Amino acid sequence: MSLAALTRPWAATSYGFLDASAKREIRRKMIKAIAVPGCQMPYASREVPMARGWGTGGLQVTLTLVNPRSVVKVIDQGADDGVNAASIRRFVSRVSGAAETWDTLAATIVQSRHRVPEEVMREDQVLVLQVPNPEPLRGVEPNISIARQMHADADYGKLWLTLYEQIVRKGRIMQGAAYPSLVNGRHVMTPSPIPRWDVPKLHMARHLTFLSAGREKRLFAVPPHTRVEPLVFSDRPYLVEDHADLVCRRSGISGYFMNELPQDDGTSAFEVSDSNLGIKAIRHAEGEPVEIGATWYRNGEMSQ
Amino acid sequence: MSLELPLPHDLLAPPQLMRTEPLLTMRSISRRFGDVEALRDVDVTVYPGEVLGIVGESGSGKSTLLRMMNLEDTPDSGEYTLRLPGREDNNLFALDRYQRRMLCARHIGIVYQNPHLGLLMNHSSSGNVAERLLIAGERSFDVLRARAREALDASEFPLARMDARPAELSGGMQQRVQLAKAIALEPALLLLDEPTTGLDVSVQALVLDTLKRLQRDRRITMVLVSHDLGVIRTMADRVMVMRRGRVVEQGLADQVFQDPQHAYTQQLVHAKL
Amino acid sequence: MPTQNEPPILRVDGLTKRFRMHHLESTLHAFENISFDLRAGEFILLRGHNGAGKSTLLRTLWRSYLPVSGRILYRSRSGDIDLARAADVDIALLRRQELGFVTQFLNARPRVAAEEIVAEPLRLAGRPQDEAIGEARHWLAEFGVRPELWRAYPSTFSGGEQQKVNLARALVLPQRLLLLDEPTASLDVGARRALVRRLADLKAAGVAMIGVFHHPGDVADLIDREIDLTTRPVSETQESEREEHVAV
Repeated sequence: MSLAALTRPWAATSYGFLDASAKREIRRKMIKAIAVPGCQMPYASREVPMARGWGTGGLQVTLTLVNPRSVVKVIDQGADDGVNAASIRRFVSRVSGAAETWDTLAATIVQSRHRVPEEVMREDQVLVLQVPNPEPLRGVEPNISIARQMHADADYGKLWLTLYEQIVRKGRIMQGAAYPSLVNGRHVMTPSPIPRWDVPKLHMARHLTFLSAGREKRLFAVPPHTRVEPLVFSDRPYLVEDHADLVCRRSGISGYFMNELPQDDGTSAFEVSDSNLGIKAIRHAEGEPVEIGATWYRNGEMSQ
Repeated sequence: MSLELPLPHDLLAPPQLMRTEPLLTMRSISRRFGDVEALRDVDVTVYPGEVLGIVGESGSGKSTLLRMMNLEDTPDSGEYTLRLPGREDNNLFALDRYQRRMLCARHIGIVYQNPHLGLLMNHSSSGNVAERLLIAGERSFDVLRARAREALDASEFPLARMDARPAELSGGMQQRVQLAKAIALEPALLLLDEPTTGLDVSVQALVLDTLKRLQRDRRITMVLVSHDLGVIRTMADRVMVMRRGRVVEQGLADQVFQDPQHAYTQQLVHAKL
Repeated sequence: MPTQNEPPILRVDGLTKRFRMHHLESTLHAFENISFDLRAGEFILLRGHNGAGKSTLLRTLWRSYLPVSGRILYRSRSGDIDLARAADVDIALLRRQELGFVTQFLNARPRVAAEEIVAEPLRLAGRPQDEAIGEARHWLAEFGVRPELWRAYPSTFSGGEQQKVNLARALVLPQRLLLLDEPTASLDVGARRALVRRLADLKAAGVAMIGVFHHPGDVADLIDREIDLTTRPVSETQESEREEHVAV
């Protein structure tokens, strides 16, 4: 007597795993999110075969967007080959028949945990970011009802106050990843824990970005050509991580966001975080015909 | 003990020499909370640069009235206008939530009796003042710091402690932070609700000193509510006496204190220990 | 000297003051049916026994007290107005700009230097700060306030010193009408003389004055007319009522 004997072989009960009702709700909320950029839209957040906290929000958005002609790329901290990224990618492919890819240029949907790829994304591509905590005001206002009222009133005084006090007490703004940003001049969002390096890529982008939190049951969006402005004082400019001069030890490329690998002798080695970019650079160096797309950062500096 | 005849004050002529329009006008304000008539047909006029003292015992409605001036509450009937640059004289009670907030933030400063109402106790004192400026759209860190410092200095708050949190400060200092916060944007109107009540007497005197000096230097229009006649006497140019939701008497401060007309006012004025 | 053909600056007509004390259910009669004129540059001395209502009359003119009936017609720079019936804000305006009241009681402004107190009317009239302070110091010296005290706070002074600051402030800018309520009460001889000198100057400049003086001899040279307030008892209720009797 085995489980296989007692049960039928597994098959998705509906296309893309989520049922039609779930997808309908998510689509509605996604349209609403596009209509009010940066504003958090609550949604039911259905069960998926993954625990909360592992990207269920991003997954639900991807499953709603996917169709048989989609090409899906999934990364985790920039890497396509991490266990979780690989599992999600294979799952999406299995339940939708979509193709998988590691190449940003080839993808139609890019689901990511905590990084935005270095190659510029196009208007036919959608970026789906996984968000642990969607509420930028959580640190200043733990009561969610009051926080919602603050968003409605565009009352971000307390948030600015926190930034002011960081400068007073520590001399600089301490926010590393998830830098609160003003979207379309109206709502402040957390761009998810992407590094400061990545936030400017969302500003006036050609592509559409969704940000979705499965555990917290909220999603929000940045439509194409929409302003995303990190909250900074006019006389304390926005600074990105100091990676412009770092060199990837495996591919030799430089001027991109790097992962830091502490060495036994106390120094650090660096590898480019967008691993597929690194792979393409190595292949290109070895003479293979690979296409490396234009990148947002050139010579370590953000262009456009 | 009510006076049936009109008070001599009611027979006074309308302003004839004063060419400036009033800054604040409230007409026929009435407010009921269940069975209790908190305010009944109250009129208020305040001219630019003057200090109006509103005196009354608890239940007089004075605090309710002040809250309405701050647009925190709306009456059952009545109108409220402020003559502000760039505004038409429309009834402020008809503004929507956002307009009300913006107007209050920009043009009205308030000091509450309880500093917990007016301050963020766990942020820095300078931050409390800066928040006001941030809400009004100031985005330069250096300017925020400089103006916060200026406002705290004008409130005679020791600058060495400008980043201390109000939770760590004494009552008098907390009121000074409230004051700094209230004047930071140079509002047209400053409202004070029992600003020194509850403080030690010596501290009260110091805070009143500061208020008086500020008023003298900046000619801020103030409405000061207190049950303490001494405070009103020190600060006010004109006085309104309230009792059970009605204005029983009003006039020049020296006249109301030296020649009170209404029986209730006489009682109040003569009841000094 | 006052010119007789100019209309009076002040015309008091049938002025009556009574105090109604509600808790005692009684009325105190202060003065009744007082009438007189006052011209520019004229000095009227109010006489009468203590309690005869002299001070009350001055305070009623100043509007610290509300008259019960009668008129106080005042010719202001902006037009004629009845002070008895004028709006509070008009009175406040006139007090700042045209009317002066000198009494022995200084409303001690906390932590403001003596010279600033005296300079304030000048500053409000538009004089630059340095000029105003300079003139203030001159008058403080005139009234005998020692230079060490000029930057100090009058609330810490003796009664006499406070009174000098009071006077200096009240008299620094020529008013149109000046009410004086026992201004010499706590002054030393030197300060009294300084006061009389200043009053003489102001009188020559056209300021109309009416006052009560503890030592009328001080101002003998300034007096143009005297008003004597005599009392007479009111029949049934045994309150005293004041009646006006003008003596020239």
